[in-house]
Amino acid sequence: MSELLAVEDLTITFPTGRGPVDVVKDVSFTVGRNETVGIVGESGSGKSMTSLAVMGLLPRGAVTRGSIRLDGVELLGRGEGEMRRVRGEQASMIFQDPLSSLNPYYTVGLQIEEMYRAHRRCGRQEARKVAVEALAQVGIPEPERRAGHYPHQFSGGQRQRVMIAMALVCSPKLLIADEPTTALDVTVQAQILRLLADLQRETGTGMVFVTHDLAVISSIATRVLVMRRGEQVEYGTAEQVFAEPRHAYTRMLLESIPRIDDELPADEVTS
Amino acid sequence: MARYLAGRIAGLVVILFLICLFTYLIFFKLSPDPALMICGKTCTPDRVAQIRSVLGLDQPLTEQFWNFLSGLFAGRDYGSGANLVHCSAPCFGYSFQTSQSVWEMILDRLPVSVTVAVGAAVLWLIVGIAAGLLSAVKEGTWWDRTAMGLALGGSSIPNYVLALALQYVLVVRLQVLPFPAAVPFSDDPVAWFQSYLMPWIVLATGYACLYARLTRANVIDTLAENFMRTARSKGLRPALLLRRHALRPALTPITTIFGMDFAALLGGALITETVFGLNGVGKMAADSIAKNDQPVIMAVTLLAAFFVVVGNVVVDLVYTGLDPRVRVR
Repeated sequence: MSELLAVEDLTITFPTGRGPVDVVKDVSFTVGRNETVGIVGESGSGKSMTSLAVMGLLPRGAVTRGSIRLDGVELLGRGEGEMRRVRGEQASMIFQDPLSSLNPYYTVGLQIEEMYRAHRRCGRQEARKVAVEALAQVGIPEPERRAGHYPHQFSGGQRQRVMIAMALVCSPKLLIADEPTTALDVTVQAQILRLLADLQRETGTGMVFVTHDLAVISSIATRVLVMRRGEQVEYGTAEQVFAEPRHAYTRMLLESIPRIDDELPADEVTS
Repeated sequence: MARYLAGRIAGLVVILFLICLFTYLIFFKLSPDPALMICGKTCTPDRVAQIRSVLGLDQPLTEQFWNFLSGLFAGRDYGSGANLVHCSAPCFGYSFQTSQSVWEMILDRLPVSVTVAVGAAVLWLIVGIAAGLLSAVKEGTWWDRTAMGLALGGSSIPNYVLALALQYVLVVRLQVLPFPAAVPFSDDPVAWFQSYLMPWIVLATGYACLYARLTRANVIDTLAENFMRTARSKGLRPALLLRRHALRPALTPITTIFGMDFAALLGGALITETVFGLNGVGKMAADSIAKNDQPVIMAVTLLAAFFVVVGNVVVDLVYTGLDPRVRVR
């Protein structure tokens, strides 16, 4: 099976006042077409750095080693100009806080259009049509009217829908979702997860889902990579990792998930 | 929107009224008797009393203030009978020194101050924003360090020092500019430009340094925003990234500050105008204070206050246009 994304021995090093520090060490994983791979870990574990490395968006000064191949093409060591054509066109990304991730000064329609126009030759009219379709696809009601609205005029869940519409407007092969549901409340979280799963089924996009929340991972990912302090502590299929975690850290993470049969009062569990 | 605007204008009227009142109290009650000053050295008590009655100074304070205020809107008459002088609205009275109508003096000098302010503003906006932007993009490089070092130094040089230094170098030593003398634009555009060039530079230097530092800080903050990361992840061209996504959020707050600074400058640049001998409102203010010419002091104070207060409202309106988040729906 040809892998969509193959990350091999990825190491990311930052220069600091006390010498270089590896924030990610020898991480390897693959993502197949139409597959979702979860990267789990607490904050500072290097999971976001790993996803930014795929996009070529690491902060200045970061040094990467190893290999990141997207659809068989090596991404590490590519120039900024080449990476720009990868971003949005082949791989795109959605982020944790959709409000601060959208530019408050421009309408959501324009922000989707400009992404489309960065990669496709077309006029504004056509791009606007595509943007409205994209908004409709992610379940924004009255998309023609809403395209003319600003990010602050949307609710949190809708903003993340806008982000998803934008990320998928050029039909990328890979979608990286960096904690996309963390800032949302639980019912909205479930809606966004369902939307992502539905869209994936329709488009066949491979997905990297970064989160600190194992419960979310279990509902969406087929394979799981567990990271801690920049190192890969566990990697396997979701069933494997959840049923028989090999590493003590994974067991600890699993145990930290609140369970229904814990000592919660009955009225808090209904919904 | 209309309600918001009405509220702002009502507040504006109240503030201007209070400024009027306090200026009046300070300059007419706390300073020496104007009648004595007008009368001069060869003065008799009769003459003083006569002047007081013509100016209305023998009336109670509230009456005097009311006359002043109504004069602003409806005009007023001084003296009576054959000596009656009508001062049409807006009446700021007559200069104690030259007996000229104060309003006419202002109309005469305002174009000079406006020219000084507009030219300086254009200069400092271009230089300040360009330097700040370049520094932000090249953060940490030698260019950034040099520019910001100069900006810090430049904003701490007093205007009069810079004005004298510039005159010494450009006029006396290098002789590239003639000695500053106000030339109307219609007479000789080149001489006009030369006469205003130094005032513009002097006035713009401090502001340009300040704006360079502000622009740099705002652009650097904006570049670190989450939406910039999103914009980069979309594969946009760097020019579009900077122009569309970084510049507008970074420069919008600067509009506010610019509005205030520019409005304050319209009321006259005292030091710069005095040093370069430009007959603007600022020089008029300086002269009137030196000679205790109360009607003129009153007028220039009110004029400056008017510009600042109106500038504030304009800034707010412009801001609602620039930032969709504060738009009143």
